[in-house]
Formats: sequence, C-alpha cells, structure tokens
Amino acid sequence: MSDAEIREKVLGILGGLAPEIDVHSLKPDVRLRDQMDIDSMDFLNFLIGVDAELGVDIPEADYPRLATLDAIYAYLGEKLPQKA
Amino acid sequence: MADFLMPVLGADMKAGELVAWLKQPGDSVQRGEVVAEVETDKAVVEIESMFSGVIEKLLLQPGDKVPVGTVMATIHAEGAEAEVLPAAVATVPPPEAGRRPRPRAPVPAAAAGRLRVSPIAQQLAAAHGIDLSSVVGSGPGGRIMVRDVEEAVAARGAAAPAPRGPEDRATRMRQSIAAAMSRSHREIPHFHVQSVIDMSRAIAWLTEENTRRPVAQRLIYGVLLVKAAAMALRKVPELNAVWAEDHVELKPAIHVGVAIALPGGGLVSPAIHDTDQISLGELMTKFRDLVQRVRAGRLRSSELSDPTITVTSLGEQGAESVFGLIYPPQVGLVGFGRLTERPWVVEGRIEARKVIHASLAGDHRAVDGYRGSVYLAELDRLLQEPETL
Repeated sequence: MSDAEIREKVLGILGGLAPEIDVHSLKPDVRLRDQMDIDSMDFLNFLIGVDAELGVDIPEADYPRLATLDAIYAYLGEKLPQKA
Repeated sequence: MADFLMPVLGADMKAGELVAWLKQPGDSVQRGEVVAEVETDKAVVEIESMFSGVIEKLLLQPGDKVPVGTVMATIHAEGAEAEVLPAAVATVPPPEAGRRPRPRAPVPAAAAGRLRVSPIAQQLAAAHGIDLSSVVGSGPGGRIMVRDVEEAVAARGAAAPAPRGPEDRATRMRQSIAAAMSRSHREIPHFHVQSVIDMSRAIAWLTEENTRRPVAQRLIYGVLLVKAAAMALRKVPELNAVWAEDHVELKPAIHVGVAIALPGGGLVSPAIHDTDQISLGELMTKFRDLVQRVRAGRLRSSELSDPTITVTSLGEQGAESVFGLIYPPQVGLVGFGRLTERPWVVEGRIEARKVIHASLAGDHRAVDGYRGSVYLAELDRLLQEPETL
C-alpha cells in the first residue's frame, strides 16, 4: 500500500469519528489529542477502524507510538507491504 | 386498557415533539418494543412500550408537542384489563407524577391585589421570566410554590413554538440543564467524599487482558471504573435509590447512568442496564454502542428513565478531581478524575503508581458521609481485585 493510500485511509477513519472537523487541516506533527476532542473510546474506535480498513491489529503496547499523524503513517508504513 | 405515556426522560427533559409512530392501531406490540420516536433537545428518543398487547388508538400526530406524562396512545394490554405493571410505575414519573394535571381549585394567587408567593419561587420565576399573576398557586391559601413555577416553565417550554435551528436547540438544552442543575443545587443537601485509589493492579490486569482480545473486543479502563462503581452499590444499596418527595426509594436493580458529552455541548447520562450483572466485555459493547448512539442523537426511553446513579469521568479532559451535582431524583453521583502517576508509599518505600481520584456526591437526606466513605472503600477494594469485576 502506498503512503498516499495509507494517509487517505487514516484520514477517512478519523473523519468518520469526528465528522465535525476537517481532518485535512490536522497538523501531522502535532499530537492528535491536542487537535481533536478524542478520548480513549474514540481512540479504540480508531484502532478498530484501522483493523477493519487496513488489516493491522495494533497491540496496546504500541499505543504510545501513535500520538501524531506522522507517527501513525510511519507505524502503518512499517506494518503494511509497500507498493511503488 | 393501558395508557402509553410519554415517560420521564430525566430531570432536564420536560417535553419533546412526536416525530413518528412506528406502530399503527391494530398492530401487536411487545413490552420493551419501540412504539414512537420523540425528538428532545438532546436526542431522538425511541419510546418503548411498558406493555405487551395491541395498539388501540393513537392520540397524537407527528409534530405535536409531548410533555412528559402525556397519554400518547392506548394499548389493549394482554392479561388483566387496565393493569398497570409495577415496572411502569417505577419508570413513569415518580416525583413528577404528582405534578401532572391534578384536580385542584384554581385559587387566584393575586387575591386582594397581592401575590402570595414563596421567596424561592419568586426568584425562580424572575430567572425564567414567568409572570406570576398567571400562575396558579398550589400552596396554602393559593400561595405560589417552587413546583408551580417549575410547572409554568415546563408548560411554556412545551407550548412554545419549536425553533429548529441548532443554536435554538442548544439554547433550549442549556435552559433544560440549567433548570435541572438549579433544582439539584437548591433541593439536594450535597456532601462530597473523596479517595485516591491505586490503579496499578487494575491497569496491569487490563493490559494483560487486552493482549488476549482482538482489537474490537478490547476494554478501556473506564469500563472497570463503571463496573466497580456498580458492584460497590451492593454494599451500600441506599445510594442506588431515588428521593421521592420525603423519603428514599431503594431500587432493586443497578442501572448506572454514564455521563456522555454531546457533540456541540451539553451532556446526557443514559443507563447501562444491570451494570453490576454483566461481564466487562458486555459492558464495553454496551458502552460503545451507547456512545455511538449519543453522538448520532438516538437513544431509548428506558435508557433515560432508568438510571439509578450516575458515573462521570472527566479525567481524560484533564480534571484531577470531580465534585459533581447529583442528577435528581437520584441520590448519588460518582466522579473520576485523571489517571496519573504519583509517588505512593508501599511498605515504607516510595514507588511511582498510577492513581485516580474517585469522589462521591451524596444526597444527605438519603445517605450519610459515613456510608459514602464505606462506598468509596468498597470501590477501592474492588479495583484492587480487577479479575473479580
């Protein structure tokens, strides 16, 4: 999966959780919790969405690696086979 | 024949607007089945039947205003004629029931040119812009009481044209919350007790438990708090109750209302039924479903009618402690603050431990601080044994 596809999927999942915000305006290097009003339930729903859409089951031990969009893209880039 | 009533949907919801009937005359209906949809300031509420039987007559049209207690339809109930199920009595207006239209002689409060009105009622009327000369007093000699003004406020809300814009809706919701919380502050003699609870065992257990669960079945620590709060009520059942005019009514089942923020502001505290009886997995599933439906603006009437205590958790928003106001007619509110690491003394050594501030707001008419402290101690004990939750 290409980086662009990963970004599109991630933003789509976030948009579904918070339809009131423009996910494309999120700063990729700033903590998501500082930009969106999300709690642990939202975060779990995000992970469920990632599992459903991208087939990546993220273990709880890796949660701290998912603080920003850039970090999420990088994490998923590691887990998913890259496409040219 | 049984009346299908607009139930009480909490202290801050006095009326709604009928959106649609989901049953027609002649249709059979089961107890718990949704018969109508009513839109309130907080959500579209699916109104469930308290009876099994056959719909006989629909008394309202979509678009009609529906104050709580209104007979919306009649149902030819199975079994005894006109039988009123005990559960229906519990669900439909306990304290409010006495405020539904009752036969009373219209005593002119302004007799002899001077209003007879209690000072608190006067303040309340001023706050809501109610003309007291139009209010019928129910007190001695026609004296206007707080309940009369509250009725006038509710009636005005029910009779007012329903502005549809989101800002108007938000304003009406704030007014409803203001009325309920003002009532709480005015009528309930609150006490607060607080404990700091070591959450290390609970979090370690949760982390281990979640490694065994697929992502869609994982738990968040909030469900441990809700389950423990529910189970602790078994030891202090007087907190699982409502205050009914001048006495406390214990509730046999534990239905914890969980405070959930609404998109755009405000909150609602729908019940998770039989909270102490269901597994953590079931609780998580119900909690997730509830949050999604709250955000989508769809709830069931029993979820709003049935809470026997409320749990609110504001830790993820940054609050260290919560000292809440009780949601009448309930007699307790449990608050949780932020899960945070603190130095903690263990057998003479200082260790970093994850702790949480847990508080209880209690209605001193129904329960005392001593029992409130017993409740918090039981809550602490349960959270030290997370595998028993």
